[in-house]
Amino acid sequence: MTWKDRWGQIVHRRRADLARPEPDAAGLTCQELVELVTDFLEGALSPDERRRFEAHLDGCAGCRAYLEQMRGALLAAGGVGVAELDPAMRERLMDSFRDWRTAREA
Amino acid sequence: MAPVDRGSSPEPARPAAGERTDEAGLIQALRRGDEAAYGALVDRHAAALLRLASIYVSNPEVAAEVVQETWVAVLQGMDGFEERSSLKTWISRILVNKARTAAQREARTIPFSDLGDDQAAPAVDPERFRDRGPDRGRWSTPPREWDRPEERLLSQEVRAVVERAVAGLPVNQRLTITLRDIEDLSSAQTCSVLGISEGNQRVLLHRARARVRAALEAYLSDVTETP
Repeated sequence: MTWKDRWGQIVHRRRADLARPEPDAAGLTCQELVELVTDFLEGALSPDERRRFEAHLDGCAGCRAYLEQMRGALLAAGGVGVAELDPAMRERLMDSFRDWRTAREA
Repeated sequence: MAPVDRGSSPEPARPAAGERTDEAGLIQALRRGDEAAYGALVDRHAAALLRLASIYVSNPEVAAEVVQETWVAVLQGMDGFEERSSLKTWISRILVNKARTAAQREARTIPFSDLGDDQAAPAVDPERFRDRGPDRGRWSTPPREWDRPEERLLSQEVRAVVERAVAGLPVNQRLTITLRDIEDLSSAQTCSVLGISEGNQRVLLHRARARVRAALEAYLSDVTETP
């Protein structure tokens, strides 16, 4: 097969894809949707996946609650924060600095 | 609740302008040998570095040594730091390299190339969905909205629930959720620190967040349902 034939096939297939009707919301189950939530939040879904995702959400209270819980998990993780540094450890890190400066000036 | 929409637009690996100016000042002062600038950077980053090191190595003393070695390397490499990435990304990358070496010494190896951990585990227990009939794949036990989420999600108790859930994750997932959601690094910064692809990072983040959500759901529903 020449590359022209192959190209013709690709173009033909693309046209067939475009002509296919929009998949309805039932095309995505709840069980499939939960696996796409991170890609959705990260903006990593294709335009078609995103449409199907949003169409499903519109009609499904359970999945809307799931998405809200996922956002809640992000909020909670952001609230964990950082513990205080142990003063003895801080002092050791400052000692490293003084050693470094002395060595550099020597 | 207000949507938490972090990361839906891809952020660059570079820090925000304000942070960058401030950091640039500290870096210049540090290059001049200014102790206060060093102290400020330690206060800003050292505790987070210790948390990261502790994911790689189980021994707290070894984790502290890794942090110490990291700062020495930061001081020695300061003149070569080119500010193409944020200081935090640069320092974290140094730490990760040292922590991996220390973990190997500790015989607790975690090859990042091995994506083995928990890859196939679903985000939600399959029991929660119908498994036959025309409604196959639909919720049979759907999640319910949490009552007063804003105040409860930031409570001390919930914080402990999240920390326990994160501590129980496989190492690679734990690193990813710690950098992204606890340390608030962008996905580009996280990929740079861990040396992984965006796609790889999303898979790890997905598993990790799903486990944290499940832990929160279990905790918050228990509390809600107690009469």
